[in-house]
Amino acid sequence: MKIALFATCIVDAMYPRVAQATVQILERLGHKVVFPAGQACCGQMHLNSGYFREALPVVENHVRAFEAGFDSGDYDVAVAPSGSCVASVKHQHAMVARWALERGEKRADPTLEARAEAVGERTYELSQLLTDVLGVTDAAAQLGSYLPGTITYHPSCHGMRLLRLGDRPLSLLRTVEALDVVALPEADQCCGFGGTFSIKNADVSSAMLADKVANICGTGAGACAGGDVSCLMHIGGGLSREGRTTTAGTPVRTVHLAEVLASTHENPLRFDGELALAGGAR
Amino acid sequence: MSTVNLGLPRFPSGGPPRGFGNISATEPFPKAAHRELGNAQLRANLGHATHTIRDKRLRVVSELPDWEALREAGSAIKTEAMTRLPELLTQFEEQFTARGGTVHWARDAAEANRIVEELIRATGETEVVKVKSMATQEIGLNEYLDERGIAAFETDLAELIVQLGHDKPSHILVPAIHKNRTEIRDIFLEEMPDVDPELTDEPRRLAMAARAHLRKKFLSAKVAISGANFGIAETGTLGVVESEGNGRMCLTLPETLITVMGIEKVLPRAQDLEVFMQLLPRSSTGERMNPYTSLWTGATPGDGPQNVHVVLLDNGRTRALADQHGRSALHCIRCSACMNVCPVYERTGGHAYGSTYPGPIGAILSPLLTGVEAEENSSLPYASSLCGACFDACPVKINIPEILVYLRGEDVSGGTTGRRRRSLPSQMDLALGAASWALSSGDRLGLLEKGLPVARALAGRDEKISRLPGLGAGWTQSRDVPAPPSESFRNWWRKREKEAEKGTHE
Repeated sequence: MKIALFATCIVDAMYPRVAQATVQILERLGHKVVFPAGQACCGQMHLNSGYFREALPVVENHVRAFEAGFDSGDYDVAVAPSGSCVASVKHQHAMVARWALERGEKRADPTLEARAEAVGERTYELSQLLTDVLGVTDAAAQLGSYLPGTITYHPSCHGMRLLRLGDRPLSLLRTVEALDVVALPEADQCCGFGGTFSIKNADVSSAMLADKVANICGTGAGACAGGDVSCLMHIGGGLSREGRTTTAGTPVRTVHLAEVLASTHENPLRFDGELALAGGAR
Repeated sequence: MSTVNLGLPRFPSGGPPRGFGNISATEPFPKAAHRELGNAQLRANLGHATHTIRDKRLRVVSELPDWEALREAGSAIKTEAMTRLPELLTQFEEQFTARGGTVHWARDAAEANRIVEELIRATGETEVVKVKSMATQEIGLNEYLDERGIAAFETDLAELIVQLGHDKPSHILVPAIHKNRTEIRDIFLEEMPDVDPELTDEPRRLAMAARAHLRKKFLSAKVAISGANFGIAETGTLGVVESEGNGRMCLTLPETLITVMGIEKVLPRAQDLEVFMQLLPRSSTGERMNPYTSLWTGATPGDGPQNVHVVLLDNGRTRALADQHGRSALHCIRCSACMNVCPVYERTGGHAYGSTYPGPIGAILSPLLTGVEAEENSSLPYASSLCGACFDACPVKINIPEILVYLRGEDVSGGTTGRRRRSLPSQMDLALGAASWALSSGDRLGLLEKGLPVARALAGRDEKISRLPGLGAGWTQSRDVPAPPSESFRNWWRKREKEAEKGTHE
């Protein structure tokens, strides 16, 4: 299968290793990965902050960047290592196109809604694609996933409630060789990120984060895995600020599902010191 | 697009009138939240209470195999009621009047308060008993009557605690959720005449004290004021759902009964109660069945109140109904499930929202009733991380996160006027304006990413940034920013493609 990677802006600029891990997994399964060069961002930050007018060109760019390859057969599906960005592509892009028409915005494009829906329908979150489309049921056997250590998992809100990912990510994690997955208490509670919420309502956001950090550290896991880099940056930022360490004295980290699945015997993720796959962009 | 004719009177300018009363925040939410977060006792009480109700709700909801179908049915009935509202209200008035009741129409809080005052004056009484009611909280009826020499006694235990403590409710269903037992005992000792000075904070003794205090009021009151959970158009029946029996006392003992009901509470048919009497108790108190459900239809000679009135309250509801993106907020049945699952409410409590309606539903309902530009209500739609727990819990499937985002858009774009309200752009306006330019082109983002090594160098040896200026300071208040990578994914990919190309040519 030919698969377009939507890296998302935050992964592209801040966490390239997550996109690299995604590419590795898909190529290991024998698929061809394409990176549409025009892509930038899904516009979720603007949309969720109420800046619809500013979101419009971002959404237009995303639709333009991805639709051509679908039409020409360069790829069959698109995938992003982020539940919230995929939820935005699937649920918000058509909405903002309608908003622009209703408001008579200068940039309003009557074709955008249908085009956005067409792109949204063929866009998948990573665990969704692996489970529903590519038939991965055993990460160790099919992907060679291997990671000695203990982790816990935070299901980010948009993946859980907007995409209904259910136990897809956890099922994948549980089939990683040598990995001990421990349950996170109050896992379904938001970490407090919420995009610009973390700045506009910094006090409430910080209070939510403090509880999430405490719950993660209470599990004794060396890292918290997740499917949304923005939430992981938030949680990781809190862990780092509080200087949280495991009983072994190593810092408690956050790690993306893709990085865990990409970890192998030959090139394992390391929890001590820099948490990264060797040979990444760093 | 075809428009639904709601049969509403036309308003000369600015649309339907705004709601007034206790539905406008007087300070920005972040400021109020900051204060409430500092109250450790409040947070402990709230955390305990919301988690208990949350778990209980989840248990009883998961017992019903047809819960999702019930939610669909509740949503469909409410949608029907809102679409047919003018017709249903007229039908309700006809039926209520035919059965010996009197219907009054109130455009806003001031009109409703005036009508209730006049009705009480006509009886010659200066004391009334009250059944817990959100509508009368919304219009500030108790304060209004108090200023005019009429004492209104709340008879719901938690409302009584709040009233005696000269406080405001902080939760729709559990108004005194912010008080613990010791605080309650102290209020009783201070404010209840004839209370046993040896009163302890044992729940049973507190309840007995309240019971003795209230019993006197029930037996002497000639006038009662209530709200209504439902009004049935087909029969002119009103309904109140409560769990202490105080409502039953108020609704049956006095000679005069005055009910204040929001116009959105009307249901087409008595049969519709079948759906709501399953949805409401399980969603609100986590009970399978409601303890006291009182339904009354007009006046019955020789039985119950003989002088029966209902005040149908608009107070911004027509305005909310006219908003096609926000109108489903009127479907709310005031169960409070959204509050109990909300991570923001759990930490700030209800007072931070500055309105009778707190929590997620309050964050959309208050600005819809008053207009998002009213006072500090523009800060309410931002009081959410958009986690979506409220939408999942709502028994009538109000898509609260979607309406929150819509109202943020209204706030930013200046609502129906289309003009931005701020004369000078805010830091957020500037930041998101610049981000819009950068993020609407792969080339532009790629160009900016060339600066990553510089940003990485600035982060220094710690490989983290612990202090940012401006808007970023909100972030670094409690979180570090990791050092950026030395290269973007985009760049890495381009190089990899080039290498691969070379490989195939060689």
